[in-house]
Amino acid sequence: MERSPLFCRRAGTGTGFLELTFFLQQMINGVALGSLYGLIAIGYTMVYGIIRLINFAHGDVMMMGCYFAYFGILMFSLPWGASFVAAMVLTAILGVLIDKGAYVPVRHAPRISALITAIGVSFLLENLGLVVFGGRPKGFTTPDMFAEVYEIAGLMIPALVLWTPLITLILLSGILFIIHRTKAGRAMRCISHDMETTRLMGVDVNRVISITFAVGSAAAAAGGIMWAMRYPEINPLMGIIPGLKAFVAAVLGGIGNVTGAMLGGLLLGLAEILLVALMPEIAGYRDAIAFGILIFILIFRPTGLMGSKLPE
Amino acid sequence: MLRVEGLNVHYGGIHALKNVSIHVPEEKVVTLVGANGAGKSTLLRAVSGLVPASSGRIRYAGREILGLSAHRIAREGIAMSPEGRRVFVNLSVYENLLMGAYCRDDRKEIDRDIEWIFETFPRLLERRDQPAATLSGGEQQMLALGRALMSRPKLLLLDEPSLGLAPLLIREVFRVITKIHQEGTTILLIEQNAMAALNVADYGYVLETGEIVLAGTGKDLLCDERVKKAYLGET
Repeated sequence: MERSPLFCRRAGTGTGFLELTFFLQQMINGVALGSLYGLIAIGYTMVYGIIRLINFAHGDVMMMGCYFAYFGILMFSLPWGASFVAAMVLTAILGVLIDKGAYVPVRHAPRISALITAIGVSFLLENLGLVVFGGRPKGFTTPDMFAEVYEIAGLMIPALVLWTPLITLILLSGILFIIHRTKAGRAMRCISHDMETTRLMGVDVNRVISITFAVGSAAAAAGGIMWAMRYPEINPLMGIIPGLKAFVAAVLGGIGNVTGAMLGGLLLGLAEILLVALMPEIAGYRDAIAFGILIFILIFRPTGLMGSKLPE
Repeated sequence: MLRVEGLNVHYGGIHALKNVSIHVPEEKVVTLVGANGAGKSTLLRAVSGLVPASSGRIRYAGREILGLSAHRIAREGIAMSPEGRRVFVNLSVYENLLMGAYCRDDRKEIDRDIEWIFETFPRLLERRDQPAATLSGGEQQMLALGRALMSRPKLLLLDEPSLGLAPLLIREVFRVITKIHQEGTTILLIEQNAMAALNVADYGYVLETGEIVLAGTGKDLLCDERVKKAYLGET
């Protein structure tokens, strides 16, 4: 492994083994955090890909998913697994309802109207959360399975950090399968290219858009729940920062491209964790990294890493 | 099979179709000829539900279809190959054909029909798994035609299928149109190539600035002095 001078100074103990474990530890952390950004970014990128809307309420949809899981465990004493699945389903339904209630009426309006509507939905969910759930953060119980800490070759790895990329990979494969191997997925790709001609094929476009919202929202719920276990508390404004960062990840990867969103999420997660680990003196700027990257990418490669050239 | 009566369409401030009535009998080829901007495409788009009409009736197979959404009309058995081909360039040739069969569930029959398309257009078979973006204009037109046929339409709407094609390909396209017709599909064809269109058509309408100004059998219109002068380039 290459050792940058900076890296040696930071690890500082003089033994190569510790430097290596320190670095690996951070890498694993970065991948876990990045997976979460990626999972949330998928919803942004799918919705943008199909109706060219930046769904700014997506982070808040994620927050709602966390509360669904929380109440599932606490109020209905569901086992955590059932509660998480139920939360994903409910969040998917919420995503569809938001589309039907807020976005369908402005579907043929200028794009800026839909964007402003999305910001409105975001505020609505946040403030509804404050009223209904209360502003005080609630502790999120992490199931024992994820709370364990493994010691592997000198690395201290929380089980959650291992599970997060794994669950993410499974969900990503499922979503890619839907997009590339199913009829609905084929229709999604057609709509993203030419909505009018897709209708001529007999495709009920609104239904396919609903499916897109459902899939993206369910992924956000999964990401949110793992986020909540990581920190481990939830509050009605918790969706804002991960939502914005996931948006950056989606743009970084090339908005409209699901694999790109995951790649963007991973890069963003790694960048953030490594910066904090290697330069703790500027750790306070960790949120600034994402937005720095956003500015940089918008200036130099607006279509993102995996984005194709836009026709316009 | 299709009867349009007193159709009026307004596009923004423009009165694009003025009281248009046409009739497309079963198993016939009917063509609409007319200059650019005469409203030909607007008429097809109104029939397929892409543009709303301000008044009039569109009856198809005895049912009123005006006001139905485009995907419902497609499910009734009307397929359209739109102007400018509009293939899904981000999908493979094969996937484009599958999209044409979106409303069908008979997997085996779909496979058979795809076979048939590949027999009719061997060029498409060679490019089966390539993105449609890599096809030439002529190949894309074949694909658009094949995609429209994949729904096994009862009524096929063709908007400028020969536009921008080399003469040899135009002949090929019309050969296929004739073949489809002989197999029992009713066709409403729009063409700027009035000569070719009137030659294959049983019946034709001439559209000028949103109004039907002439109607008659394909042969009659071919011989009509005004048509000759305006659309066939004869003096």
